[in-house]
Amino acid sequence: MSILVLAEHHDGALAGATAHVVAAAKAIGGDIDVLVAGEGVAAIAEAAAKLDGVNRVRVADNAAYAHQLAEPMSALINELAGDYSHVLAAASTTGKNVLPRVAALRDVAQISEIIAVESPDTFKRPIYAGNAIATVQSDDALKVITVRTTGFDACPDRGSEGGSAGVEAVDFVADNSQSTFIKEELAQSDRPELGAAKVVISGGRGMGNGDNFKLLEGIADKLGAAVGASRAAVDAGFVPNDMQVGQTGKIVAPELYIAVGISGAIQHLAGMKDSKVIVAINKDEEAPIFQVADYGLVADLFEALPELEQKL
Amino acid sequence: MKVLVAVKRVIDYNVKIRVKPDHSDVDLTNVKMAMNPFCEIAVEEAVRLKEKGVASEVVAVTVGPKAAQEQLRTALALGADRAIHVESDERVESLGAAKALAKLVEEEQPGLVILGKQAIDTDNNQTGQMLAALTGLPQGTFASEVVISGDGADGKLQVTREIDGGLQTVELSLPAIVTTDLRLNEPRYAKLPDIMKAKKKPLDVKSPADLGVEVATRTKLLRVEPPAERQGGIKVGSVDELVDKLKNEAKVIS
Ligand SMILES: Cc1cc2nc3c(=O)[nH]c(=O)nc-3n(C[C@H](O)[C@H](O)[C@H](O)COP(=O)(O)OP(=O)(O)OC[C@H]3O[C@@H](n4cnc5c(N)ncnc54)[C@H](O)[C@@H]3O)c2cc1C
Ligand SMILES: Nc1ncnc2c1ncn2[C@@H]1O[C@H](COP(=O)(O)O)[C@@H](O)[C@H]1O
Repeated sequence: MSILVLAEHHDGALAGATAHVVAAAKAIGGDIDVLVAGEGVAAIAEAAAKLDGVNRVRVADNAAYAHQLAEPMSALINELAGDYSHVLAAASTTGKNVLPRVAALRDVAQISEIIAVESPDTFKRPIYAGNAIATVQSDDALKVITVRTTGFDACPDRGSEGGSAGVEAVDFVADNSQSTFIKEELAQSDRPELGAAKVVISGGRGMGNGDNFKLLEGIADKLGAAVGASRAAVDAGFVPNDMQVGQTGKIVAPELYIAVGISGAIQHLAGMKDSKVIVAINKDEEAPIFQVADYGLVADLFEALPELEQKL
Repeated sequence: MKVLVAVKRVIDYNVKIRVKPDHSDVDLTNVKMAMNPFCEIAVEEAVRLKEKGVASEVVAVTVGPKAAQEQLRTALALGADRAIHVESDERVESLGAAKALAKLVEEEQPGLVILGKQAIDTDNNQTGQMLAALTGLPQGTFASEVVISGDGADGKLQVTREIDGGLQTVELSLPAIVTTDLRLNEPRYAKLPDIMKAKKKPLDVKSPADLGVEVATRTKLLRVEPPAERQGGIKVGSVDELVDKLKNEAKVIS
């Protein structure tokens, strides 16, 4: 077996998600190659070559892949896929955008968001907003898979003695006259990334407005936490879309998740119920979030949050 | 410009599902079914394009069992002009649906196809991307804004996409495939007179064989289990108690 892992990277750096996907590849077993595609990605390729278990890094460094648009990226992976039994990517918005297109080009199914590997052809994945876990088996010659990063502990770096995997250039350049990158508006934050944070504190509709999220930020600063939100808070314009936690937002599984002014709809729970410890602060003692919370505090958040910040 | 909209019949998003005792699948007997919420957003967007005079015709399509005609009627009540039902009683997943849709794109030659980003039953998030690959068209997935300029060969589409880091805008040549995210629009409700009118709108039924495609799923569903239950927790009486528990019991803060 040989596995191709699509590296996830942003702002010139290898994203943490990649090490989780390599871990899933190790669970499948076989030779693991990592594909780094982008423009000016030499440093990213070096970082990928340091991941434990990686056999070879293939680098497609070309303006054609600059913004990882789905059309050229899928053409590139399709070009390489013949060498592999599995193609894996993180279930990020990049992986979700590109990989199904690869699967269809190869006329195979995609297995989305796996959380466990049973054998090289059998995987577990959540369905129905995580209210059921399906075990699925694929007979396709090529398995195209996205990986839920919270399902696999990151593989370590090789360490200073461990050396590096070989890095090879890929010459294939996809031509693309159909799609053009126009712009990106990315949230700037000094806080840890939602998917990687050990502590997450999220606000819902109960926060009332965007300004009140400052109450969460003060606590987040003390705990080194990332700040998330419910869909209702995003839809109401309190905070940007990249903060949404849930079935159709980000999936998080931190050591500690604090839900504030969030009722606990199944779509929200789908994104956070694998957290180790859950705290809920809500003024409605009947709120469903209390059914999954290890520690529930029935209180008005406008009183509880300042007190909590002060006592931490 | 003709707009094709793909709609899927799924469990109503408010229903908490149960797994069958034999672990073969999720139990859907007597469960309320509805149009996938992302497909409602897709229909709404298509209908708005028609109201703005950008779209000339809106065609709603589904692949699935006979009962899925209910969701096509809903789409017609919301403003679609006609519907196509590709009838199949077998389990259809994204690749099969995408293949049937690709044939319909070939037959209908739409300028734009709008799908949901994700069906809330399988949570696959694949069909639009697969359709784009099969038709060789560009894709704008997870759209929160869609702006069309020009028509025919000069037509262009700007799509703002919800991505992990924020928002990304791409420009696509037409025809193109778009998948909807939650904030693209707020779908309207169907009014009673429109529901009555929808009964008279044309609804074509085809079989996958008519289209020359195989839609049945090749992936085997071996087992379905409920997720690990979380142990119920406790209520704390004060912020002090909460901080104490987090420090000394759960040991997640110091
Ligand atoms: C297709 C689909 C996908 C979805 N995807 C997601 C998703 O990914 N993520 C997501 O979160 N949702 C998602 N949803 C929406 C979900 O169904 C709920 O509508 C949403 O999670 C509700 O957000 P909320 O809990 O903030 O708001 P509400 O349900 O309105 O709850 C607000 C809570 O705040 C409490 N509150 C109010 N004031 C105070 C106060 N002063 N002090 C303390 N507590 C207070 C209230 O008691 C209440 O419990 C999705 C829905 C659909 C249909
Ligand atoms: N059987 C189907 N019939 C019609 N459209 C479908 C079908 N399956 C998926 N789709 C479309 O594809 C979107 C995403 O579904 P999926 O990729 O399967 O999660 C849905 O919101 C629909 O718009």
